[in-house]
Amino acid sequence: MNIVVCVKHVPDTEAPIRIQQDGRGIDESALPYVVNYYDEHGIEEALRIKERVGGTVTLITAGPARAAQALRTGLAMGADEAIHIEDPTLDGADHLGVARALAAMISTRPCDLVICGKLATDDNAAIVGPALAEYLRIPQATAVTKLELGDGKATAHREIEGAVEVLEVALPAVITVERSINEPRYPSLPGIMKAKRTPITAKTLGELGFALGDADAGAAHVEVLEYTKPPARPSGRVLEGEPAAMVKELVRLLREEAKVL
Amino acid sequence: MLGAKIALGDRVEFDLGEEHRLLQATVREWATSRILPLAAEMDRTARYPPELLREMGDLGLMGVFIPEAYGGGGMDTLSYFVAIEEIARAEAAIAAVVAVNNSLDCYPIFTFGTEAQKRRYLVDLARGRKLGCYCLTEPGAGSDAASLQVSARDDGDRWVLNGTKIFVTNGVEADVLIVYARTDPTLGSRGISAFIAEKGDPGLAVGKVEHKLGIRASSTCEIVLDDCRLPKDRLLGERGKGFHIALSTLDGGRIGIAAQALGIARAALEDSIAYAKERRQFGKPIAEFQATQWKLADMATRIHAGRLLGYRAAWIRDQGRRYTREASIAKLFASETAVWAASHAVQIFGGYGYVQDYPVERHFRDAKITEIYEGTSEVQRLVIARQLLGPSP
Repeated sequence: MNIVVCVKHVPDTEAPIRIQQDGRGIDESALPYVVNYYDEHGIEEALRIKERVGGTVTLITAGPARAAQALRTGLAMGADEAIHIEDPTLDGADHLGVARALAAMISTRPCDLVICGKLATDDNAAIVGPALAEYLRIPQATAVTKLELGDGKATAHREIEGAVEVLEVALPAVITVERSINEPRYPSLPGIMKAKRTPITAKTLGELGFALGDADAGAAHVEVLEYTKPPARPSGRVLEGEPAAMVKELVRLLREEAKVL
Repeated sequence: MLGAKIALGDRVEFDLGEEHRLLQATVREWATSRILPLAAEMDRTARYPPELLREMGDLGLMGVFIPEAYGGGGMDTLSYFVAIEEIARAEAAIAAVVAVNNSLDCYPIFTFGTEAQKRRYLVDLARGRKLGCYCLTEPGAGSDAASLQVSARDDGDRWVLNGTKIFVTNGVEADVLIVYARTDPTLGSRGISAFIAEKGDPGLAVGKVEHKLGIRASSTCEIVLDDCRLPKDRLLGERGKGFHIALSTLDGGRIGIAAQALGIARAALEDSIAYAKERRQFGKPIAEFQATQWKLADMATRIHAGRLLGYRAAWIRDQGRRYTREASIAKLFASETAVWAASHAVQIFGGYGYVQDYPVERHFRDAKITEIYEGTSEVQRLVIARQLLGPSP
């Protein structure tokens, strides 16, 4: 089975984020970057499928030079190939532009299954996976917690409010995965050495048949106006008194002030 | 001319490369999620889950610098140093278990063993399917290792070993034992040979198990050889070259212990920083007091220095050059830093540093062994001095 896994290189969620002076972006200097957690689960799912039914796992990312590290990590986990779409015009692209670039690359090769993380932890948008399916004109199942493969089709379990939804999708399809779908493996040392020896295929938008203006800031449907820090969390309140009275007061506050009951 | 890039120092690189950084991040994450939560209990019960060995073997950690063809990680000494430091930061005893398997078992078999011995022992050791230990020290032979007395008699088709080895790390669980014995009583250090023993060999038994101050989860015991009969193909390297094998092995082992010591020191520092930010006295976090800040700064400075010494010793070894002096310097400095830093960490925690609810008393107990095993600090100083002054006439 030929599986393509889309990965994104994102800031480590534990790292403190500083916003640039002009509010137009975040300060990337000295920020540690990692593979988007959801994509790690995607890579793991692909590797498990490969171990069960055979095939190849190809990683693909559209991002700046540093994004190659995300590909190396995935290769070290056991993926076979990696493709890096790197083009300065992508800097201003919106999610649809990225999805279009990925789709252009994926459609040039045999592909039975595309796996993405449900969302990326830097912007929480969850757009690229579904958009990719649309551009590739194939079905999709998102936020999948369990994936079973059949003959030319797949069964995907999705957790929705209060229930599990089971979908059958014809392959090829785009599946976006939840973190609960599996436990990703750690790269092994031999894996790291094999990743070092595996060449990463580089592609520009031009090589993918894009003309100037197809996927850059000008083509974007969404423009980021500014980044601001979230309001500081107010300090908590400590209730005092007899337990029974404290419980009554807490329920009142939850109903009337926090409005969650 | 101005603006032309001058390629000075293009062989000096103080940052880890991409593979080493990926390795560091991987081992750190694995150790933090897999080992750190178990650390206090492993110390208390003086044991570790045996399945950890296979897990570490699958990652390549049990034979980091052994080629993949022999089941190892296929990486280098610098990778080994980075990996051991990250494991030790989480828990020092597991780091000892791993370091002994790597340096004191995989290395000598890989370097001095026959192809048959490598097939039979090295692959399983590197993959974490078998655990190795190293039997050198005796009740009467510690720093004066060349005076060892365990004997190996040539009995036709067998070697027969007799005597007792002590302070054997991994001795309780070990499947493979490298034993240094005297094949010739008249030749001093040149009368010592190295042997490979296996659990189950006739006349080989685990003796007294030590209850230690620190690194309690790793086993340390006596190995008793009572007419232990070994087939002739168990000789490792040449007869009479055992002491050379032992010393060569310890050179690499010292790099591993330097990394272990550094990991302990870093644990002491990181735990102290976290505590100092939280603990309030006299109306403010103690991190705002200069006395605390200076302690932390001194700890960080020495750890930084220790790491660079360790990286350099590892790098020199990877270049194929003699690294004896650098390994001793790294081990000496890192071990003394660990003991010093752990002691300061307990002080920063105050009364809480003295109770087992907090990890720094364990770092304090764990650190001390690094000044003792694989060559005491006194021996390291002798080794360094000998390199400075040249051989005595």
